[in-house]
Amino acid sequence: MKCGVVIFPGSNCDFDTHHVLKNVYGRDTVFLWHKDHSLHNCDLVILPGGFSYGDYLRSGAIARFSPLMQELQEFADRGGMVLGICNGFQVLLELGLLPGAMLRNKNLKFLCRHVHLSLENTATPFTNRGEKGRILHIPIAHFDGNYYTDPATLIQLKQNNRIVFRYCDTDGKITDESNVNGSMENIAGLINKDGNVLGMMPHPERASEAILGSEDGRVVFDSVFHYLKTGSLQ
Amino acid sequence: MKIRVLVSYKESVLDPQGQTVRNSLLTLGYEFIRNLRQGKVFELDIDDLPREQVNRLIPEIAGKVLANPIIEQFEWEILDEKGETRP
Amino acid sequence: MIDKKILSEHNLTEEEYRRIIELIGKEPNITELGIFSLMWSEHCSYKSSKAHLKKLPVKGEHVIQGPGENAGIIDIGDGLAAVFKIESHNHPSFIEPYQGAATGVGGILRDIFTMGARPIALLDSLRFGPLENAHNRSITDGVVSGIAGYGNAIGVPTVGGETYFHPSYSLNPLVNVFCLGIADKNKIFYAKAEGPGNAVLYVGSKTGRDGIHGATMASAEFDEDSEKKRPNVQVGDPFKEKLLLEACLEIMDQNLIVGIQDMGAAGLTCSTSEMASNSGSGIEIDLDRVPQREEGMTAYEIMLSESQERMLLVASNDKVKDVQDVFAKWDLDAVVIGRVTDGDRLKVRFHGETVVDIPVDSIVNLCPLYLRPSRRPDYLEDTARLDLPEQPEDLNAVLLQMLDQPTIADKEWIYRQYDHMVQTNTVFLPGAGTALLRLKGTESGLAMTLDGNSLYCYLDPRTGGKIAVAEACRNLACVGARPLGVTNCLNFGNPEKPGIMWQFMEVIEGISEACLAFGIPVTGGNVSFYNDTEGVSIHPTPVLGIVGRIEKIDRAVSTCFKSEGDLIFLLGENREELGGSEYLRTVHGTERGLPPIIDLDDEKRVQEFIISVIDEGLVSSAADPSEGGLAVCLAECVFASSREFGFAVELDDEMRTDALLFGETQSRILLSAAPDKKITLLSAAKNAGVPLREIGRVGGTRLDIRHRDRSVIDIPILEALRVWKNSIPERMSTKT
Repeated sequence: MKCGVVIFPGSNCDFDTHHVLKNVYGRDTVFLWHKDHSLHNCDLVILPGGFSYGDYLRSGAIARFSPLMQELQEFADRGGMVLGICNGFQVLLELGLLPGAMLRNKNLKFLCRHVHLSLENTATPFTNRGEKGRILHIPIAHFDGNYYTDPATLIQLKQNNRIVFRYCDTDGKITDESNVNGSMENIAGLINKDGNVLGMMPHPERASEAILGSEDGRVVFDSVFHYLKTGSLQ
Repeated sequence: MKIRVLVSYKESVLDPQGQTVRNSLLTLGYEFIRNLRQGKVFELDIDDLPREQVNRLIPEIAGKVLANPIIEQFEWEILDEKGETRP
Repeated sequence: MIDKKILSEHNLTEEEYRRIIELIGKEPNITELGIFSLMWSEHCSYKSSKAHLKKLPVKGEHVIQGPGENAGIIDIGDGLAAVFKIESHNHPSFIEPYQGAATGVGGILRDIFTMGARPIALLDSLRFGPLENAHNRSITDGVVSGIAGYGNAIGVPTVGGETYFHPSYSLNPLVNVFCLGIADKNKIFYAKAEGPGNAVLYVGSKTGRDGIHGATMASAEFDEDSEKKRPNVQVGDPFKEKLLLEACLEIMDQNLIVGIQDMGAAGLTCSTSEMASNSGSGIEIDLDRVPQREEGMTAYEIMLSESQERMLLVASNDKVKDVQDVFAKWDLDAVVIGRVTDGDRLKVRFHGETVVDIPVDSIVNLCPLYLRPSRRPDYLEDTARLDLPEQPEDLNAVLLQMLDQPTIADKEWIYRQYDHMVQTNTVFLPGAGTALLRLKGTESGLAMTLDGNSLYCYLDPRTGGKIAVAEACRNLACVGARPLGVTNCLNFGNPEKPGIMWQFMEVIEGISEACLAFGIPVTGGNVSFYNDTEGVSIHPTPVLGIVGRIEKIDRAVSTCFKSEGDLIFLLGENREELGGSEYLRTVHGTERGLPPIIDLDDEKRVQEFIISVIDEGLVSSAADPSEGGLAVCLAECVFASSREFGFAVELDDEMRTDALLFGETQSRILLSAAPDKKITLLSAAKNAGVPLREIGRVGGTRLDIRHRDRSVIDIPILEALRVWKNSIPERMSTKT
């Protein structure tokens, strides 16, 4: 099983993600350069957080035109596992691998803090090790995390159980106050129809070691490794 | 040839930046402002291409790169030498 | 012709001009004059401070590089070196808060990665005028957004710092940015231009007319004309800098260069002449090859431009292609603009003509140094007299008023805008006072803190300087870390005023004495003079950045109470000291008296003791009372905890209750420990000869303090917490 972390110019959570996969989990992990045309036989490809191309046009808007993104698109179409974290999620939206777009946070400020997430769907390759309704404590760090999509798409997302994480309060209640960035339906993470592409604004790689105060992010990595190993959601 | 592309949020999309600017104008006493939308301006200096090519290529790059059609709309215009809108 | 008007526009005196002619043996042309004006500015030359800075101790067993380079370097074990420095960006941040602060971050980051270190932490010391004023709010908002905008994008966490609010900063905010990076001890790079014939390469952003005369601007008092100087402000590009950082670290990792220097406040001028001077070489460059952003720039403008995100490299000719390949990978150009020469001259060609030809030494090392006159300012006679006001009846109200004071209140509104977790080394979140980072691949960690109480320095500069060092070290000790090295940023008014010069010299004496006592070297820093606006000087503000190491990071303790039932101890003695306190300032509106006394021997014993008991695992939490004294410190130990339990404390000292609660006596630490540790702790204290006594217990839902059997503070946690949390957000959201 091999993991790849994509480096765009301006990625800045690339080393952090690599550290968790390689040193915390001990997995074979490589960096993938955005100008390359090969995913080097990776089974899991992660688009990390950061400010690709400075996010000067729109978050993730230029990174989607990187040469490697063609291969990524094909890999995803074939059912390959793709995880986009923060800026990586924004790239997936711009690529159209996930629906919707990100607006500025509702308070118009960059927001870095731990949030509570309600785990809404555990029948996915990325969440099968968690229990439904579990409350995760994971940090966010973004300026554009205010999720938006058209009403028809939103209905579909709900009907197909594709909303994986939602911002909630300490008791797991989905409230306006806990909706830190103003996202529609408190959406913090989404999965595609086939279940192999997950995008999430919170940073699981920042919550995978006890010394950093939370290990709740491990649910994502534990799940995807379990799925890749067994092919099962059970 | 100079082209100006204006990108703004679609009417249906909340524009928090625009609202914030409007609110601060209101508190400064400019109460006549009913609505304010904030957007981006791109000024492109391009080769002198035939008009029909410009008509095809500019919307193409505006729709594909400069604006995100899920949340944004765009308008574009050709400017004259002084940077003013050509009729 | 150079006339008086031109000289004054370049902030050069006639005497300095005569000296220039003497040194270069000719009348300088305008480009050469511009070069001297930059390099001989206070900002670049330290001409008023150099003689005094020599008093600071710079040697120590862990020092790899002391003052004089881009940053100081200390050995932190495990084959690693910590490269760190603090710099001010005060004047640019007043003129344009967002860009001023952003480029301050960009500049200090370049100082660190120029030496081969990957930056892992940023901290800021920010001083603003009161938030009741709209202009101060907009400066605060702009500075915080600017720091966030740059640091977040480049991916270096802003992990801590301090923020003070005081009227003396209203027209002159201070933005001091600290950065620390980690390097392989054996792979450190310096600003060298060795080897005649070697290529000089320009990398990074194109040169525009940004900030021409920024360095001279930072060396002159502000007046109404400052508004007109606005176009001089540079604009930062964190994305470009991120690419530069990665590309530079890559060429250094591959050992492709001889030397490297960033183009800071004095751009191409400073980098070329300093690199040559450091190596005893000459340097020749051709400005036609310098990538330019604007058309029609003159040699003067190119040499003096302060465009950001640019670096100068020296590489042997056979490595040039490899260097260019690495930069191309990161979508950056690396252009050969000249070469290292024999001899000692800076030669600049432009449009085929030689436009500058002067000895590098004359610019870099031969600026006249000044021993400016100093005199103890008269105000000190007056401020030393303090008639203590009557103690207020309702001390609960006083505590709430103190918690509402923005200097003391919760800073989450600020640090939430900073990515403080990227790079996943942040063990303590900001707000803890001291930043603590783990070092991946080792068991150890680094603690760092910024400190400096300017009110103490105003009332007694020497004591203020000592306390700044002592308190910074105490902050580290409370985590369990030992201090290794110091960087300082000395912010003062106009040094041509004898009273300001006296403050400066006294503060340095104080810092020096304390550093010697603690055995810690000063490895570098920055002096910012001319912090005066319309004739009013800021309070003297030294900011001490101290870096410490903790051998076993899992033993570190934070400030917050951990468990209900833990006992609370006070290490050190209470004294009836109210002079210079935040309490007198906030509640009684007076800035008088003398600051608390500091005995460095007592201080050292207290710090040694806390470090040892933390290392032995006897302590659950440790915090040092600073602004606001014991009562505020106790409240903060509650607020910092995610579990909501309060405390009950009983004190029996014979003194005014307000002095006991809010006095800022030094060399004290509040710690909490499990009840079964009590006997061991008390006997350890007895052996160490430090005063330690039990004063209360963690638990309940109130902040509860009794003094000599009388309840003096009794407030529900939530009420106090609300005040402390809402103070800054509510002020910042005030309209108009």
